Amino acid sequence: MSDFSSDALVENGLTNSLGAEGCDHRKPVIELLGVEKHYQMGSVLVKALRGIDLKIFPGDYISILGPSGGGKSTMLNILGCLDQPSIGTYLLNGTDVSNLSDDALSLVRGKELGFIFQSYNLIQQLSVVENIEVPLFYQGVSEKESRETAIELAIKVGLGKRLDHRPTELSGGQQQRVAIARALANDPAVILADEATGNLDSKSGGDILEIFDQLNSDGKTLVMITHDEDMAERTHRVIRLKDGGIAFDSRTEN
Amino acid sequence: MTFLTFLRGISLFRLKRSIVLGVKSLWMHKLRSLLTALGIVFGVASVIAMLAIGEGASFEAQQQIKELGSQNIILESVKPTNTTTAGEQERSLILEYGLTYQDITQIQATVPGVQITVPSRRVKDFLWNVSQSVDGTAFGTVPWFPKMKNRDVIRGRFFTEIEMKDCSPVCVLTESLARNLFPLNEPIGQTVRMQTSYFRVVGVIEDDPAVAATESALEGSAESSEGMEMIIPITTLEDHFGEVLVKYRSGSFEAEKVEYHEVTARIEDADDVMPAALAIQHILEQNHEDLDYKMTVPLDLLRRAERTKQIFNIVLGSIAAISLLVGGIGIMNIMLATVTERTREIGIRRALGAKRKDIVMQFLIETVILSGAGGLLGVGVGLAIPLAVTQFANMVTIIEFWAPTLAFTISVAIGVLFGIYPAFRAAGMNPVEALRHE
Repeated sequence: MSDFSSDALVENGLTNSLGAEGCDHRKPVIELLGVEKHYQMGSVLVKALRGIDLKIFPGDYISILGPSGGGKSTMLNILGCLDQPSIGTYLLNGTDVSNLSDDALSLVRGKELGFIFQSYNLIQQLSVVENIEVPLFYQGVSEKESRETAIELAIKVGLGKRLDHRPTELSGGQQQRVAIARALANDPAVILADEATGNLDSKSGGDILEIFDQLNSDGKTLVMITHDEDMAERTHRVIRLKDGGIAFDSRTEN
Repeated sequence: MTFLTFLRGISLFRLKRSIVLGVKSLWMHKLRSLLTALGIVFGVASVIAMLAIGEGASFEAQQQIKELGSQNIILESVKPTNTTTAGEQERSLILEYGLTYQDITQIQATVPGVQITVPSRRVKDFLWNVSQSVDGTAFGTVPWFPKMKNRDVIRGRFFTEIEMKDCSPVCVLTESLARNLFPLNEPIGQTVRMQTSYFRVVGVIEDDPAVAATESALEGSAESSEGMEMIIPITTLEDHFGEVLVKYRSGSFEAEKVEYHEVTARIEDADDVMPAALAIQHILEQNHEDLDYKMTVPLDLLRRAERTKQIFNIVLGSIAAISLLVGGIGIMNIMLATVTERTREIGIRRALGAKRKDIVMQFLIETVILSGAGGLLGVGVGLAIPLAVTQFANMVTIIEFWAPTLAFTISVAIGVLFGIYPAFRAAGMNPVEALRHE
């Protein structure tokens, strides 16, 4: 892809997602350049991602859809710095993270990214507040400060009365809200949500989506991996993956 | 280098939080944690208890040997056990055996470095104080007896060389004899009778420690004549009772002639003790056809006791080491299971920014808490066992201050040693796969 065309994409996307207040030359928070991910399965080389070029800008609200086996999970792993691309470059906040050491990647995950999982993934032996504190702990935030931040976030997601409850004492929706608070703890550049409402009934799922809407309008960048079309409709930009490539990007289509 | 950077990554704050976290995780599975730590508890407890009992036993043995004097060689007359000769001897009326004047003169003349000898003879009979009698022994010896045998005169004095020269009828009573003969009044100045001879009490000497030990072990049992000794100058003994000892006991008649019952030789230089013992042995072998003497070399016993102690320590040490090893393997086994069980948690933590070393630290700390807690409990149990042994088995136990410290340190070291592999296994997991783990 030529420089010219990718610039065009950017402008297009910005006007789409930010409307009238769009600022044309903002730096993307995530930039994938020709990213491929290959797995060796026996004697066969599986290309889970092929030639992905993608820019995600601050304040974006994106859903990534696709059939299973279309590369969604691999995409999430790459975006989440849990895995590294086989080929290509991944710039996160302007830094090339495609060849970082394991320790450096951990640091990036803790600092720049917030994760929300389908099955909440709270740590069972910790209370609500302690779960929210986990990312802060690994960033070396002082005990007092991290406790204050955690309580503040718990209140923000509506769990002010359940600070000392264990995950097992909470409903699914409440657990997911703890996970959201935890994802926000380090004030990350991007929040990645993987089928965040997949395990919830429609009521609690709706509540969670409302929180996402609220977060985005507060200026947070959200990337949701989903197969739920209704959920995708709420987002401002939809990316469809197929056979490891981007089959559709609402930004470019408009 | 990696280890240094690893250490630098540990801040005190993180350490504290990790410990709290470790305790929480272990507390979630209380029974499992307790059972796992039990191996270390027993290991540490056995280390401490074995050390205490071993130290106590060897201390006791060495103490008894030292009482004999490490520079001494003790010779005793022993009645020959050969029954046929005893029968013949009975017909010849007088049983003659044991160490002779000639033996002693020869030893003093030929063995270099023999300093003083303490010869002694014994006469067993009833000892009387006016109306009270005790089955005891008249023990004839020399004035330097207390010094040679490391026994203190408690009250009064020991008899003097002049008294020995004069064959004075003076005596020194052992503590237990004094207590039995004179339960109420002061023994010094009183008179003790044996057969038809009277002796004036001039002092009281402490009991023979070897006898005292067996005595206290059999506390409350019937009075034994052991230790009931009236010590008098050897010359006085000869003067009053002669060389041939005649006994009338329960109708039978027994006469024996023993020149010395016991002789203690002191060797000037401790290094010469063993050669001197060999020389003395040689002389006695030439002079005696029967084995009617017994030679005891305390230094030899001491050396043997030390060697025994060494072997004892090696055996005990191996047992303790094996039990600690088993405990460590138990811990490692459970930690490996825990790591598998908590694969998902590891994945979550990695996704939330935990570095590999954070995971290593977390599991290592957990293992060390487990083994350290086991160690502390083990120290408690280990300190209780020797107390119980002392209380119920009447054995001396010595708890050296370093023993619990050492045992605890070992338990912590085991935690680190056996925790490293599970911890690195946890840290080595691929975050993507760990998150997918069900």
